[in-house]
Amino acid sequence: MYPHVHRRDLLRGAAALAPVVVAGRAFAAPQAGSRLLVVFLRGAYDAANIVAPTGSDFYHQARPTIALARPDAADPAAPVALDATWSLHPALRDSLMPLWQARQIAFVPFAGTDDMSRSHFETQDTIELGQPVGGHRDYGSGFMARLAGVLGRGAADRPIAFTDQLPLCFRGGSSPVPNLALASVGKPIDARQAQLIEAMYRNDALLGRSVHAGFDVRDTVYKALADEMTAASRGAVSAKGFELSARRIGTLMRDQFNLAFVDVGGWDTHVNQGGATGYLADRIGALGRGLAGFVAAIGPEAWRTTNVVVVSEFGRTFRENGDKGTDHGHGSVYWVMGGGLSGGRLAGAQVAVSEATLNQNRDLPVLTDYRSLIGGLVRRQFSLSGAQLDTLFPNARPDDLKLI
Amino acid sequence: MRHHGIGATRLAAVALALLPAPALAAGEAPGAGIGWANRLTWGVTAADARAANPDRWLDAQLASDDTSLPAPLAATVAQMRISREPLAQIVVAVDAQNRAAKALTDPAQREAARKAYQATLNAVADEARQRSVLRDLYAPDQLREQMTWFWFNHFNVQANKRDIRLMVGDYEQTLHAQAFGRFRDILEATLRHPAMLRYLDNDQNAVGRINENYAREIMELHSLGVGSGYSQQDVQELARILTGVGVSLRPEPPRLRPQWQPLYLRAGLFEFNPARHDFGDKHFLGHVIKGSGFGEVEQALDLIAAAPATAQHVATELATYFMGDAPPPALVARMAARFQRSHGDMAEVMRTMIRSREFAASTGRAFKDPAHYAISAVRLAYGDRVILNPMPIVGWLNRMGEGLYNHETPDGYPLDRAAWSGPGQMATRFDIARQIGGGSAGLFRRPGVADEAPAFPQVQNALYYDGLAATLGPPTRDALAQARSPQEWNALFLSSPEFMRR
Repeated sequence: MYPHVHRRDLLRGAAALAPVVVAGRAFAAPQAGSRLLVVFLRGAYDAANIVAPTGSDFYHQARPTIALARPDAADPAAPVALDATWSLHPALRDSLMPLWQARQIAFVPFAGTDDMSRSHFETQDTIELGQPVGGHRDYGSGFMARLAGVLGRGAADRPIAFTDQLPLCFRGGSSPVPNLALASVGKPIDARQAQLIEAMYRNDALLGRSVHAGFDVRDTVYKALADEMTAASRGAVSAKGFELSARRIGTLMRDQFNLAFVDVGGWDTHVNQGGATGYLADRIGALGRGLAGFVAAIGPEAWRTTNVVVVSEFGRTFRENGDKGTDHGHGSVYWVMGGGLSGGRLAGAQVAVSEATLNQNRDLPVLTDYRSLIGGLVRRQFSLSGAQLDTLFPNARPDDLKLI
Repeated sequence: MRHHGIGATRLAAVALALLPAPALAAGEAPGAGIGWANRLTWGVTAADARAANPDRWLDAQLASDDTSLPAPLAATVAQMRISREPLAQIVVAVDAQNRAAKALTDPAQREAARKAYQATLNAVADEARQRSVLRDLYAPDQLREQMTWFWFNHFNVQANKRDIRLMVGDYEQTLHAQAFGRFRDILEATLRHPAMLRYLDNDQNAVGRINENYAREIMELHSLGVGSGYSQQDVQELARILTGVGVSLRPEPPRLRPQWQPLYLRAGLFEFNPARHDFGDKHFLGHVIKGSGFGEVEQALDLIAAAPATAQHVATELATYFMGDAPPPALVARMAARFQRSHGDMAEVMRTMIRSREFAASTGRAFKDPAHYAISAVRLAYGDRVILNPMPIVGWLNRMGEGLYNHETPDGYPLDRAAWSGPGQMATRFDIARQIGGGSAGLFRRPGVADEAPAFPQVQNALYYDGLAATLGPPTRDALAQARSPQEWNALFLSSPEFMRR
């Protein structure tokens, strides 16, 4: 395993010993910074069929048509055993098992929120805001924006949302966070016109900074992706969909951005979701290839100090419904990946999966709160103080899962 | 800068005729001027704004369902399959096409037939998108066209799921017809539409095989609003009430036991099938609903539509859509009260909003969502020089993240400014401003037709000199003065902070 280097320590080290040389490459401060990518699976992915409790008899009873089989090392179409209880979906074997074997991914079962609305939108908002449930909600303050605020805006501190709309989690804060969808990156507007447009917004308190940041991020991304796009235009085989976006995110986070968010939709599987193959298998397979592509694109040097957290608003009903699908539930399984992770394990509190331990006799309970999980992770990753952590997640207790 | 285009469009002069203030009742405010016309249409230059008397104009708009289009476009729409065939006929025919494709034994033939099936689905959805954009641009019932967008978004469905691409045009028509009707009727119209029943899976909801997806969203998104006091138990009970409400493509009713036959309902593709219904009693929102068939649905909708939370939820969304973020709570309260007193008469609720002083004070301040941005830019740029091909606009909406019928989840597109004014989104608008300002952008090029296209539009026209110029702040005027060409002037004007708002 690589030793994990905290960003602040690295910056301090960089100041003393600059330039830091790793694998023959001289690092400037932006490359030295630690990085975090949050991936949001919107629509509530059916965690129990992706990281599946195949060791539980109740799992097989509750899902007579969609359950994954028990793992079988001899059968490449069977799920892969993670431990005595849990197995990984076979569509993730090629993309994620190498990371599991390198202890660079951990799964956190029974993860989620204390929001019991079972509403996609309500619970997505809950997570993105990161504020205590039940209190007044401030829609102008997302948790990623607060994290960006806590980290400050040095040369190495550049947040971005890889989405076509600015997500709630990045709203608020003193300077606007740029957003940019990566599926189509166009040529930037010419410099003179950009200046004239910016000048029109010089008195516009609501839009002015957003306009400035928009031109800035366009230039940055266009330059950073120029090589890849040139290769593609010469007929090189290029990735598509999420895999293309994820690879681009890897390139951009290697060189430009240290705090990023991306979302992936299409998980609300009420009907015919499939099992080892089928709709959900195809979607999760594409997600896994995308994340593996991200790791490849960011490169081994940056990956050492990068973490990826995969979350979703809630889990689904533990029993399949009448349509070979699943309905809105509660506890999910979150993923934490990182080049410096101490993973290769199921992390966090667990209970046996049985009818008796279901929440409201319907879905998996939540034993690890998302705020505790992410709070505990970034506290270590970015060496945050207690006060900074309280700004990030007010009234949350960080849960130190010792992942880094 | 050259001054060009004086008197170029009749529409421009028309909007200015709106200036006389209407007669006011107590507590009402004047509605007049460019700002008012700009807000109540898809962008100032509307031919409807010709009426000299805003009172009568508003009455006429609340009554109008006139979707007539200029001649070449009317012909385009009349030739569309969605205009020539009723919904049920299209869906049944395309379903047969799909079955025939699947039955082919030769793999190459099957693949070609599958592609043809998908192409048919896409073509029918694109017809609806084109018709929708053309009506936003040119139909006289401008306020109803905006309201149609609002309702579609409120009762959102996504075209891409299953065969909903065939249904979105008819769904939009249904909402257009009811746009200023009673909320209770609009709610039921969506419940009886196959697009909604497919989208939220209620066509799969049957006794013993409960699917609560639609039941939840009816209360959370369509009516009461989340956190308004209903419970998970209410969701489950409404799901039971909704069992048997579905979609049928068959010409004949199903074989039913004799006692169920009178309870069977069918209208077009909509079906209530008692054999799939849970006839037990239900406890819903504090009431006992006796198992009886579709009458249970009517009772449940009555309860939902009459609840004060529904009035509050709908009034808040409506005011946010037309007036921008955080509409004044006092006005929303008056709208909600009007909603309740009038039993959900949406024309009355609209009148309360539009005639308020708060509404007049808010004009020019609401940030345009992408649809308002793109449509208003084309209306301003070309006036009564009608475009021939709306597909570039459909594409711009996709690029800006607000594609027609494309929102995947049932909450619809967000209505607040922050959702649309992020840095990447502003940069995309400036790209589109450059495309519209700098050339004809494909708007006059029909596939396979040799049309003559104008080189570029004249945004700096009579309306600009007589009204819009006065609304610009010094930074925008300074920038416009530095434009090196009419095209650049256009792009800058359409990129200005003033043009981002309505």
